Amino acid sequence: MIAVIIPAFNEEANIAEVVKKINLFSQEKGLQLCPVVVNDGSSDATAEILEELDCVSLHLPINQGIGAAVQTGLLYALRSNCSHAVQVDGDGQHPIENILLMISAMKEQGADVVIGSRYIENKGFRSTFSRRVGIKYFEYLNYLLVGVRITDNTSGLRLFNQKAIAAIVEQYPDDYPEPEAIVLFKKAGLKFIEIPVVMHERTGGTSSITFSRSIYYMVKVTLALIFATIRKK
Amino acid sequence: MTRIQLITLIVSFILLAYVSRLVLKGKLRVEYSIFWIGISLLLVVFTFWTSGFELLAKTMEVYEAPNLIFTVAIFTIFIYLLHLSIVNSKLQQSSKKLVQEIALLNQKLKEKEHDEKNI
Repeated sequence: MIAVIIPAFNEEANIAEVVKKINLFSQEKGLQLCPVVVNDGSSDATAEILEELDCVSLHLPINQGIGAAVQTGLLYALRSNCSHAVQVDGDGQHPIENILLMISAMKEQGADVVIGSRYIENKGFRSTFSRRVGIKYFEYLNYLLVGVRITDNTSGLRLFNQKAIAAIVEQYPDDYPEPEAIVLFKKAGLKFIEIPVVMHERTGGTSSITFSRSIYYMVKVTLALIFATIRKK
Repeated sequence: MTRIQLITLIVSFILLAYVSRLVLKGKLRVEYSIFWIGISLLLVVFTFWTSGFELLAKTMEVYEAPNLIFTVAIFTIFIYLLHLSIVNSKLQQSSKKLVQEIALLNQKLKEKEHDEKNI
């Protein structure tokens, strides 16, 4: 069984469609996808909508940030003995069709983690200019720190096998987790690869990172990356 | 280098090393380390750029540079204390919510167990 972890904070506009699409796709392709929605203390109707849907829903009573939400999903996947877990954003930016490519890439190359990247083939929605500059910055910083070139460090679309889940679940960062998780993969000796995917623009709601927060984001993640690199395991 | 410069430099590095150690050991979150790392870097900057304070004082029309230092430092400390109070209040609020949630869950669980026994 593959747990599809969907962190959702005030996603009433998108969450039903995202879950239904996953269930439909799972049936069509005969995959064992199990949507695990982590409701991160939403104040809108997300919780009520989840009750009507065919999915596992984990309700965090207090908002904990996207990293902690994903970590909750990873814990669930580990405890219910799922063979794999894939992280998908709750706003419909990540088409679930990508998972077929990710699974076959994982098998072919014997990887523990597969990251979906928007910047290998540069197709589809690729975010705004300022955000792309930030993503380039993390590409070089992470290359400097761990010596692996990842083109899309902020991509939330990731497939983990059981070994990878067990290795990183304890240390998974609380907020802005994606770039830091790359360092964790490296430190845990996991094999991680990147494959090209196409992403959509958000279908509704607003992004969690506003421009005013991006400077703080850069400083915090830079420090977190440096500390994660020099930290002993 | 004067003696006071050397002392300031050593103190800043000790502060930086200690903050880093706390973060590495998981005793201080990266968010909170930003403030302390910023402070120690600022100390290093003004150790070497000694005329900087005089310059700042002049542009802000403060007569004595040390007065500016004290004013800025006290103001910063007050603001940071307020920030910590806010963080603490938020923590208290969320722990209360958590405890209540557990109590309600417990009650639900007991009710269910009770029902099962009676069937």
